[in-house]
Amino acid sequence: VTRLACLLAAALSATLAGQSLAVRADLLHTAAGPPLKDGVVLIQDGRITAVGAAAEVKVPAGVPVRRAKVAIPGLVDGRATVGLAGLLNQPHDQDQLEGSAPVQPELRALDAYNGRDPLVAYLRSLGVTTVHTGHGPGALVSGQTFVVKTDAAEVTRGVLKSQAMVAATLGDGARAREAGKAPGTRAKQIAMLRAELVAAQEYARKAKEAEKGKEPARDLRKEALVQVLRRELPLLVTAHRAQDILSLLRLAREFDLAIVLDGGAEAYLVLDELKAAKVPVLLHPAMARAFGETENLSLETAAKLKAAGIPFAFQSGFEGYVPRTRVVLFEGAMAAANGLAFEAALEAITLAPARLLGLADRIGSLEKGKDGDVALFDGDPFEFTTRCVGTVIGGVVVSEAELIREPLR
Amino acid sequence: MTRTALALAAGLALTSLSAQERPHAFVGARILPIESPEIASGVLVVQGGRILAVGGPDTAIPADAVRHDLKGKVILPGLVDTHSHIGGTEGADGTAPIQPDVRVSDSVNLRSASVMKARAGGITTVNVMPGSGHLLSGQTLYLKLRAGETVDALALGRQPDGSYLGGMKMANGTNSRRATGPFPGTRAKSASLVREQFVKAQDYQRKLKEAGDDPKKRPARDLAMEALVEVLEGRRVVHHHTHRHDDILTVLRLAKEFGFKAVLHHVSDGWMVADEIAKAGLGSSVIVIDSPGGKLEAKDLRMVTGAALEKAGALVAFHTDDPITDSRWFLRSAALAVRAGMSRKGALEAMTLNGARLLGLQDRLGSLKPGKDADFLVLGGDPLSVYTHVEETWVEGTRVFDRRDPRHRLYAVGGWGASHDTANPSHLMALEAEEMHQ
Repeated sequence: VTRLACLLAAALSATLAGQSLAVRADLLHTAAGPPLKDGVVLIQDGRITAVGAAAEVKVPAGVPVRRAKVAIPGLVDGRATVGLAGLLNQPHDQDQLEGSAPVQPELRALDAYNGRDPLVAYLRSLGVTTVHTGHGPGALVSGQTFVVKTDAAEVTRGVLKSQAMVAATLGDGARAREAGKAPGTRAKQIAMLRAELVAAQEYARKAKEAEKGKEPARDLRKEALVQVLRRELPLLVTAHRAQDILSLLRLAREFDLAIVLDGGAEAYLVLDELKAAKVPVLLHPAMARAFGETENLSLETAAKLKAAGIPFAFQSGFEGYVPRTRVVLFEGAMAAANGLAFEAALEAITLAPARLLGLADRIGSLEKGKDGDVALFDGDPFEFTTRCVGTVIGGVVVSEAELIREPLR
Repeated sequence: MTRTALALAAGLALTSLSAQERPHAFVGARILPIESPEIASGVLVVQGGRILAVGGPDTAIPADAVRHDLKGKVILPGLVDTHSHIGGTEGADGTAPIQPDVRVSDSVNLRSASVMKARAGGITTVNVMPGSGHLLSGQTLYLKLRAGETVDALALGRQPDGSYLGGMKMANGTNSRRATGPFPGTRAKSASLVREQFVKAQDYQRKLKEAGDDPKKRPARDLAMEALVEVLEGRRVVHHHTHRHDDILTVLRLAKEFGFKAVLHHVSDGWMVADEIAKAGLGSSVIVIDSPGGKLEAKDLRMVTGAALEKAGALVAFHTDDPITDSRWFLRSAALAVRAGMSRKGALEAMTLNGARLLGLQDRLGSLKPGKDADFLVLGGDPLSVYTHVEETWVEGTRVFDRRDPRHRLYAVGGWGASHDTANPSHLMALEAEEMHQ
């Protein structure tokens, strides 16, 4: 019995730690340097132990080799709602937005994420290995986000960050649905955020100054905002109109917040301000629909952000109808076709989101010491006629073919 | 000043006139005529809105032709979008589930930015559909995206009675179900309501026939019934929204029962019932979406439907359902279908000639052949490559989109004012000022 338990434990730890695999590609894009012709990524126990030309990397005996025309780092979806905004779009599988109050920073993504939603498998089959997902836009402060690997059916494993950011929205998206309820206007939105942050400052001050045993009663909502005030959790703010982006920058300055701009349809109008404020952008999908607040979006915004030196990454975002999720691979492709260099477009769906999430030491590029997450293709990954022929997470092949032919089960 | 303006106006008039009358020769491009083999370096000659000649480098070019050197470019027939909502269209309202008398031509705004975006996407012919949520939401409108802003200028053609060419929009499944009102609550009820109306229309048709030329014997005019009689007589094709496999089969049964011509639209589960569709001989207009889901009936939507229908021997075209997918990247539908296994040839035919076939316009549109309408695109490269842009769109021998023109480029790539129904004039003036300084 003891021996069996030992074996089981060993097997389990092997699964947790990942496996060994070598990926050999005619063209290997590492996102950490120029592409390698006939390159090899060696993954041992889930981690990358060597990257280089096939002639230079020695693959130990017994390590299987998987070949592909093109290999790139596993894709990182910079901001998703997958796992919360379920496939069917019926009340029972919609957990990305809680409508009972406009400000709920205490809601944790971990408490809602369904790793078995078919869309997670769908994205995984298209090369996505990590998603930054959680509460969606649509409320002034809708809740938290987290970061998880796409092979994690349960959140007992594969979680890279259990709390990543606090999601907020400005503009039309955050207006109260009912007349007479707050926030009804843009100025009210900022006023409410300011009041919430001031209250959280007070709460933190009282807690700090209180004598032992006389601390104020715990307030989970304020605690989450204190994390924001301490810059432990960036405020991820969906804003599209230039005026809303500028309001956001003022608020961030006032409270010295770490912020990430989400969406940014009109970001190209305020490049200087974004750059001066050192605000990274989780840019709207290149193919997002142009209407309402996004009516002025441009396929060339990514190229403009790149030229301005503003860090940005792509996202699948939130879709209320169809397609239920977008695919960052496709969005990067459209940017690559509209002024953004191939390498920069690739970076915007791999290393750039990893940096933005503070996870560049683990994911986003094929470098020694990082997680063995790789996506394999039968051609230029950005061509819509090319297929993802394998997705590898921690050295394990988690997908063999895109789920564009068979039913999702 | 006035004299200059007059001279300019005269010059403009002459230019547009000569564009119609002088032949234009497009030389040196790779030409994909669709109905005949690809030409590596071809010549396309057009005049008076029609194609005069398509051929290899030896093709005779009329001496007075305006030459366009298109070496390195690719020419493809204009794209046919068999299902779109450009022009901010509206159809039937919420008062009844079946409204055959409602015409989308009475609601379309052809100054909408979406129309210019469709031209930027290489779409030259479009079936504009009334909106969703009914068993029958009204008459559709076939448009040619000529330069112009009125239905009369853009209508593809007219029926003998003077009405615009178009079809009839129908739907089943969850789309037309509602919890309240006169709308059906179940699928069987949906079919039943449709059947009831078609039986009524058969009766109306019989009375008309019996009355012959005697106006006294004719039944009172019923505009809804008149439209359904057009459907029964095959003069108006039914464009039928249908997603789920069983709903698709219901359309096949109803079409057979009443003998109307139907095209299946969206066809999300088409890959499950491709053989049945092929056997029934109905064409499909397929939508390609980035992911499945978003509503129950699209949970099993797959990019493989085009390939499955092609393999089964069924007629396949694609559509944008704009704004569901954006007209500007309509060609992407073909590329994604190829990704899922469709042949390249089949996918390109689906974007052009098959679309024309579904609208019954294959003799006029959809391929590059002498006598057909001079509707074509100039592409920067292979039509299925993401890196390729539509550089020019020509409709009946006139260029309606030119990516080099900053005002047109704005619609192609987006930016400030790109979605305003009529572009912001101050923005246009700024562009013109820029041009003057260049």
